[in-house]
Amino acid sequence: MSVPLLEMKEISKSFSGQRVLQEVRFDLRAGETHVLAGENGAGKSTLMRILSGVYPEYEGDIVLNGTKLRFKSPQDAARHGISIIHQELSLIPSMTVSDNIFLARERTGRAGWLRFSREEKNCAALLERLGVAARAGTRVGEYSIGVQQSIEIAKALAFNARVLVMDEPTSALTEPEVERLFSVMDGLKQDGCGIIYISHKMEEIYRVADRITVLRDGRYIGTADRDDLPRDGLIKWMIGRTVDEQIHRDPQTPGAVALELERFTVPDPGGRPRPAVNGVSLLLRRGEIVGLAGLQGSGSDVLVNGLYGAYGPVTGGQVRVEGAVYRPRSPKYALDRGVALLSNDRKREGLVAPMSVTHNISLAALPRLSPGGLLRDALERNVAERRKADFGIRVASLAQAVGTLSGGNQQKVALAKCLEVEPRVLLLNEPTRGVDVGAKQEIYALMNMWTAAGIALLLITSEMPEMLALSDRILALHQGKVTAEFDRSNATPEAVLAASMGGTGKETP
Amino acid sequence: MNLATTRFESARRVLAQPLFRALLALVIILCLGALFNAEGSFFRWETHRDMLRHISRYGILACGMTLVIITGGIDLAVGSVLGLVSVLSALLMIHWGWTPLAAVPACLMVGLCCGTTSGALIARFRVQPFIATMAMMVFARGVAKYISGGRKISQGVQTEDGFVYLDFPRFFDLLNARILGENIAVVTLVFLACALAAGLLLARFRPGRYFYAIGGNEEAARLSGVPVARTKTLAYALSGMFAAVAGICQAAQETQGDPEAGGSYELTAIAIVVIGGTNLMGGRGSMALTLVGALTIGYLEKILSLNAVGEAGRLMLTGFIIVAAVLFQRGKN
Repeated sequence: MSVPLLEMKEISKSFSGQRVLQEVRFDLRAGETHVLAGENGAGKSTLMRILSGVYPEYEGDIVLNGTKLRFKSPQDAARHGISIIHQELSLIPSMTVSDNIFLARERTGRAGWLRFSREEKNCAALLERLGVAARAGTRVGEYSIGVQQSIEIAKALAFNARVLVMDEPTSALTEPEVERLFSVMDGLKQDGCGIIYISHKMEEIYRVADRITVLRDGRYIGTADRDDLPRDGLIKWMIGRTVDEQIHRDPQTPGAVALELERFTVPDPGGRPRPAVNGVSLLLRRGEIVGLAGLQGSGSDVLVNGLYGAYGPVTGGQVRVEGAVYRPRSPKYALDRGVALLSNDRKREGLVAPMSVTHNISLAALPRLSPGGLLRDALERNVAERRKADFGIRVASLAQAVGTLSGGNQQKVALAKCLEVEPRVLLLNEPTRGVDVGAKQEIYALMNMWTAAGIALLLITSEMPEMLALSDRILALHQGKVTAEFDRSNATPEAVLAASMGGTGKETP
Repeated sequence: MNLATTRFESARRVLAQPLFRALLALVIILCLGALFNAEGSFFRWETHRDMLRHISRYGILACGMTLVIITGGIDLAVGSVLGLVSVLSALLMIHWGWTPLAAVPACLMVGLCCGTTSGALIARFRVQPFIATMAMMVFARGVAKYISGGRKISQGVQTEDGFVYLDFPRFFDLLNARILGENIAVVTLVFLACALAAGLLLARFRPGRYFYAIGGNEEAARLSGVPVARTKTLAYALSGMFAAVAGICQAAQETQGDPEAGGSYELTAIAIVVIGGTNLMGGRGSMALTLVGALTIGYLEKILSLNAVGEAGRLMLTGFIIVAAVLFQRGKN
């Protein structure tokens, strides 16, 4: 029991000069479930990608069963018995269960013939052993996400996986499916497998963990047996930072109600049965910043996208914008009513890379800037010049393609585009993601300026100090529901994080 | 030193411009023409006039194709729509004696309808552009054969009393004429007018900007409130209409409506757009580039035929040159 099955020693990793993992260590014993915990961006996924051979370049050592190894590819890692169950399932829906399980490892006879019947027989035995309610010859797409997840596990086990990495495996499962998954995990532990389990759910962590390791900002913080690490201790390990004094906020006297949500519901965009946003009510006043705190899968980003109409007319509940009934339908509908969204994925959803800075800034406001359908170059240039000065956008020329700018400047262009539609409610999803320190400060200053002008801001950010310093009030979301509400007097990092992990936000000291 | 660096920098920027690269390709072709001038015939204006006349129909198709390609799509139906409209216009104006004031709008409407149908399939029903326009290509060819009964529609008509010659419409004569002292073909002017219209739309009107936005990043465009479905449909509708214009020109130039006309013209139109330097991925390109592309392809074919290169050699060389031109234009990007 004391000899580790797997040891990762002093693992470091950099991406284009930026250190994302700094001498992290981790070990796994046979027959245990070891939870890997940390906030978004703590380095959990990077560490697991190194383990599974996705990133073959790293510093440090991986020792498996006493042998030092370096995996060159996911196939290489799988051959050594390391398997990852991803959040997004890697099954091919149009192929049968058996074909999926044996994909790229087909059982072939002489001359390369596939041995379908042997594959199906092996597969059926495996499914039976795991208690998976699926048939080898049925197409995977016909099963629910929960069953598919079990098939994914079966796929890993078919090749004698000894180390199983599960990244948020329950996010798509119903309650009975979760129970079945946990009993499968118990069986695996008895067979001597080691399970690395990543989760953001407090309940679950304490349900499955034998030991817990915490990472923070790419560093190793500590490892403890479950019973030696109380919940508030875990939260302390995960946060560890104090609020950054650098972030300045001028609170405004809140004005009239700008946005009102009543039992707002958004179905899961991936088609899972449980709504991603489930009966959220909130009030946002002019000049106010309300933060939506939540870890991965909390539904906060689905909430703002749904409110903006990005998924079409699928939302439920009541919404009012400045008192008028508002039914999210399309981005155009939202923009016409003064609701603008800054997407958290500016490359995919925010900017048109080959278009110029000017044309990106004017894009959403084009109906106003091109009266009669006729483009007015001078008008657009003036607008862009003004935004460039206000936002401190640094470009050689406004005619430059936006794809050639640095991250910070791209973000300012994306923000300028949102502001150009003269919004009354601004939904900001990760406004400082991928932005350097200087540009962050400028964006904070802009946010203060907007609220002073009476714009209402709904803020999502995965950086806790930012969330705490900027938000006048904070709603914590967990699995699509509000678990707690905070104002400046009681918003501590510990309480907000605990509520984001499913607590009520009141049990921590 | 500093000035020299700046000059070098700006020279490099000009060199990187797609329009400059397209013009360079054209100049190279022209130099080849001057070199292999077929005993001086390359230096006569008639040669250039005829080249322009010849390339005009393809150029008109390329106008619509440019719009569609900038949105990130492709329109394979333009050749068939050209064939359909050439039959239809011949039928209306030669056989039935319609006035062009009625016949031309009717023909344009048919082109517009074909394009709108493809566009609606792509934008509303999310059929892939390749598939939707290929279906329209086959369908329009079928309609052309149906309304013509599979025969060429010309002046000569077989009736019970024997063979009758109908009047050739003056409108077709006009379209087929050369003006300004026989120095330029009317169809060339039609081409230039189409290019001007498409160019203005792209550079001066809101839908043109939306074409670029959709081709550059459809999701970002949608989230910026761009009416994506309507705008895409418009691009294909206009492509169909330009194909109808080309179809009328085709009937005038051939003095008949041929249901087989326009086969593989769509490929020439695509080649013109691509050789000009408009990116098939969408989001980049311009009408000016397409104009240069039309001249490049036109001169290439002209020079090869002046030098009596047989069809086999001509096709093989054209294939090579398309690839060479595209690789050359991609440059370091």
